[in-house]
Amino acid sequence: MPRPSVLQEVTRGRVRNASRRRLIALVLAVLVIVAFAVTLMAGQTFYPPRDVIGVVLGEQVPGASFTVGRLRLPRAVLAVTAGFSFGMAGVTFQTMLRNPLASPDVIGISAGASAAAAIAIVTLSLDETQVSVLAIVAALVVALLVYTLAFRDGVVGTRLILIGIGISAMLDSITSYVLSRAAEWDLQEATRWLTGSLNGVSWDQAVPALAALVVLAPVLLTQGRNLSALRLGDDTASALGVRVERTRITLILAAVGLIAFATAAAGPIAFVAFLSGPIAARLVGAGGSLLVPAGLVGALLVLVADFTGQFAFDTRYPVGVVTGVLGAPYLVYLIVRTHRAGGSI
Amino acid sequence: MTTSHTLTAEALTLGYGDRVVVDSLDLTVPPGKVTVIVGANACGKSTLLRSMSRLLAPREGRVLLDGRRVHRMPAKELARTLGLLPQSPIAPEGITVLDLVGRGRHPHQGVLTRWSEKDDAAVASALEATQTAELADRTVDELSGGQRQRVWIAMALAQQTDLLLLDEPTTFLDASHQIEVLDLLTDLNRTRGTTVVMVLHDLNLAARYADHLIAIAAGSIHAAGSPAEVLTEGTVETVFGLRSRIIEDPVSGRPLMLPIGRHHVRAETAPAAVEVRG
Repeated sequence: MPRPSVLQEVTRGRVRNASRRRLIALVLAVLVIVAFAVTLMAGQTFYPPRDVIGVVLGEQVPGASFTVGRLRLPRAVLAVTAGFSFGMAGVTFQTMLRNPLASPDVIGISAGASAAAAIAIVTLSLDETQVSVLAIVAALVVALLVYTLAFRDGVVGTRLILIGIGISAMLDSITSYVLSRAAEWDLQEATRWLTGSLNGVSWDQAVPALAALVVLAPVLLTQGRNLSALRLGDDTASALGVRVERTRITLILAAVGLIAFATAAAGPIAFVAFLSGPIAARLVGAGGSLLVPAGLVGALLVLVADFTGQFAFDTRYPVGVVTGVLGAPYLVYLIVRTHRAGGSI
Repeated sequence: MTTSHTLTAEALTLGYGDRVVVDSLDLTVPPGKVTVIVGANACGKSTLLRSMSRLLAPREGRVLLDGRRVHRMPAKELARTLGLLPQSPIAPEGITVLDLVGRGRHPHQGVLTRWSEKDDAAVASALEATQTAELADRTVDELSGGQRQRVWIAMALAQQTDLLLLDEPTTFLDASHQIEVLDLLTDLNRTRGTTVVMVLHDLNLAARYADHLIAIAAGSIHAAGSPAEVLTEGTVETVFGLRSRIIEDPVSGRPLMLPIGRHHVRAETAPAAVEVRG
């Protein structure tokens, strides 16, 4: 039996850490809700909270029913959904591969989903369901391809990342090619598949992504503790009773599914998956699971970046351009830092 | 804890790719004792330890814990009885000692179980036993090598297993920290009855701290028994390809190996048979 003073210290420390994490998650959740509400109210026309609530509850409000109900609400819902999906999936990959560069939008998984979605919509004119299915298949194939190419007596993070960046560049060029061949598609549509955009989003796009999040997020959350254990290295995790391979496959399938559905709806919103995890880790600390905080950070990033892109400048920029401006310098910083020391999230 | 578990390997063959590293090896770990495995580099001692803790599936043969195959046991159930500290565990950047040691509770928790008072007590005992309680709020990155190793051992202790396997727990530590770690493991063995199995590089420390010494050469057991039985000039010659003289360690009474190289050796130090009793 431990000394009471040590036990007290341990209990106090644990309770303190847990309540700090809960508080930060709560603050993030409140910020997401506030940002969500603001994007519904504000825009070219301002609608007071009363009108917005009315629309959400299904009342007919002149003007607001169309602007809020048909334009702003699906857009905001998809912003939260895609942000949450990217954030969770990104931090899953980063944690699992123990490298912040190993995010699905850096190693080609988002690019795969995006290329498939662009081909499905622009060239093949498929419907929403078929687009999602194709995006998932492509994302899984890319994940498998990168993993196989990087495999040599186990997977080393750096090799996987470099191969992923190469594959990603190839897939981006396929997307560009498909878009350049389809003359009738405008720039708006092109930017969606290149950097991600929420322009012209309807419920048809938002609903499948939301459904995927509702199904797949709990799958990831049940693996949260195993994922935390994997950060100690495969051997240590295994010694702690984690079925490493099974856990990894479950995590990859769920995370790739989230990426694919969100990308099929909103495009590969640049760097959200990549940025959310490290930001969440800064806020919450390394101790607990980062899944929920990273999801919330992702949702907040997309909401705020989309709003900024729409209204902060003379021209309307798609959300991916704004997040890209934030993410690119961080990518450079990380690559510079990784070359100095073995980086981890 | 008085429960004693039996850990045995039967006709165990292990390898990576085409290479066979351990060949048809039989091994019994004496319960409640400190067992040390020694051998030259790449002789298969770490591979053996990895397989005994389920990290590596055997090509042939089996590893049995209380008569059950470890590779078929439910992962968490095994992890409640048998703990392993790998050679180079990874500490996530910025993790605190308290959080890291808490990870040792993983096999005692389910998906939905909440952290309990029992978990707190196990973590507190582990911190206390390793004298790391005052480091609890520090991050692992800022600790010295010796402190860090104590923290990893604390994590393994929080797992509360009756068997503890350690792969070179003293590597990268200076002399005093090596002794500190080995003393700690001996305390653990004596006070809690934990069966300790570890791979060590330093033959003299192995002879000092082992109740049961196993010398491995080319993937099979060359000699096993008490340090006095195992650590002989013949064993050192066969296992390490090194000429040596064995004397009685004036501090412990255990055998002490003095290597004979090509330099700095007195002329009269011809290979002479010196027996050590103890």
